[in-house]
Amino acid sequence: MSAVDVGYLVSLSFILGAALFVVGLHQMNSPATARNGNMVSATGMVIAISAELVHSIQGGMGILNWLVIIGGLALGGGLGLRTARTIGMTAMPQLVSLFNAVGGGAAALLAINDFVGLNGQRVLAGGAPGLDGWRTLFIIADVVIGSVTFTGSLVASGKLMGVVRSQPVHIPMGRILSGILVVVGVAAGAVLILAGAGVRTYDTGILEILLVTALVCALLFGILMVLPIGGADMPVVISLLNAFTGTAVSMAGFVLGNVMLIVAGALVGASGAILTRLMATAMNRSIANIIVGGFGAAEGTQSAMSGVGGSVREVSVDDAAIQLAYASKVVIVPGYGLAVAQAQHGVRELADLLEARGIDVSYAIHPVAGRMPGHMNVLLAEANVPYPQLKEMDEINPEFDRTDVALVVGANDVTNPAARADKSSPIYGMPILDVDKAKSIIVIKRSMGRGYAGIDNPLYVNPKTGMFFADAKKGLQELVAAVKAL
Amino acid sequence: MIAADLIQYLTVFVLAILLGFEVISKVPATLHTPLMSGTNSIHGIVLVGAIGVAAIADNPLSYLIAFVAMAFAGANVVGGYVVTDRMLQMFRRRPVPATDKFAK
Repeated sequence: MSAVDVGYLVSLSFILGAALFVVGLHQMNSPATARNGNMVSATGMVIAISAELVHSIQGGMGILNWLVIIGGLALGGGLGLRTARTIGMTAMPQLVSLFNAVGGGAAALLAINDFVGLNGQRVLAGGAPGLDGWRTLFIIADVVIGSVTFTGSLVASGKLMGVVRSQPVHIPMGRILSGILVVVGVAAGAVLILAGAGVRTYDTGILEILLVTALVCALLFGILMVLPIGGADMPVVISLLNAFTGTAVSMAGFVLGNVMLIVAGALVGASGAILTRLMATAMNRSIANIIVGGFGAAEGTQSAMSGVGGSVREVSVDDAAIQLAYASKVVIVPGYGLAVAQAQHGVRELADLLEARGIDVSYAIHPVAGRMPGHMNVLLAEANVPYPQLKEMDEINPEFDRTDVALVVGANDVTNPAARADKSSPIYGMPILDVDKAKSIIVIKRSMGRGYAGIDNPLYVNPKTGMFFADAKKGLQELVAAVKAL
Repeated sequence: MIAADLIQYLTVFVLAILLGFEVISKVPATLHTPLMSGTNSIHGIVLVGAIGVAAIADNPLSYLIAFVAMAFAGANVVGGYVVTDRMLQMFRRRPVPATDKFAK
């Protein structure tokens, strides 16, 4: 086959691969076809990779090139496979974040390589073959977005793994420093683009220094952007960085002249943007608000603290068990704390016990319960909770009136009635689960500590509420034992 | 970059973004985490770019860059698809009864 034929075949394979990505994503619409959708998408990936390999072989490769390809793929693929197989489902968000980091990092590296090669040619030729204004623009965009994603995702992942302090880290002069980085980075990029376009010429070496400057600014900016954000906001940040990675990959496609990268990157960029907006909306916050800094750090929280009066009623394990065992309808409200304590199996055990006593048990799933939208569904699915028992917020809210006991496990802000009633509350307007409408409420919580919003929850001083202070996992185990003993 | 290429790339880019919005905004919240993971593996397509760069590398710096890019992108692709599949496997075992929607 001639090189031209192979070129056509490769292009056709890319179109097929891109189409399979779209079909695969579409099949993720429903739980029934989602797994198949992922397979379709993986098939598209295999086709695209094979086509590129055939293309490269046709072009002729040296032994070193082979070693780089096979060695790199074996190392990365092996590590990825091992991690993906062994990691716990609760650790999903940090793994996604790590994959964002390596994806963004790879995209940035490709652009750096392109720049170094082309600029070398340009210097040799004394002109600007290949390196023009547009191309430089895409190179800079790729390097900057990819680098911000790389360090930002590593910090986000580190926060969720507990390697980096999860609380918002206050950096003195942080905002000013970020501002300086943006100005310097943009200036370096602008000069590079002008040079690429041939508007101005510079001596050898200067352009490389400018690129390194932009690169370092972007790497530091990624760290500064994510460090001040609290661990509970990380899902939104990870989702945003997912969109960034897609965009960086798309930019790499512009640089390398590869339509496959442009299409796939743009698909990811669009989906990441939508997800990010959905998550932020569910928390009644703007994306800008989360990035610029959580309200938990503001001094206004002091007044909110004293604003809630009333006393807290504590409930013992046995009391809680009796209330649950003699109810006819129980709604379980799982939250962030359950995910952290990995208590999903305990909650299911309790639910099974209650069901065996003829009690109607369902789960109220807030759109942002857990650490990502839908994360709670995954965790509960892992614990074999029957799918029909999971009720979305709009479906379950009218049922709280008829609920005997609402059992809140590690959820806080998503149950805060202040979001409905108190206009001065920072979370006013956030859609919440109407837990306070149940006949009685049991809250399993480690302490009276506040949720990530940093505000008090009037639910805890509601006369109908009994507080059961325990770690979610331990508390559930105790409850299970107590119900069994009845 | 010649103008014809630029226009072609931009056309594809804009249409792909619109297609992405269209396809993805229909996914229910329940599947958002698997979806994030699924799109996460799709950006592993950067591996295709890495192969292209590795194939024409001819100096120590570009060998090094290509190797790291290959390893990064390889981890992204393989890990991304495997973990998404693991997650979706859990959803699949439980069929949703057809009557569930109306049973209150």
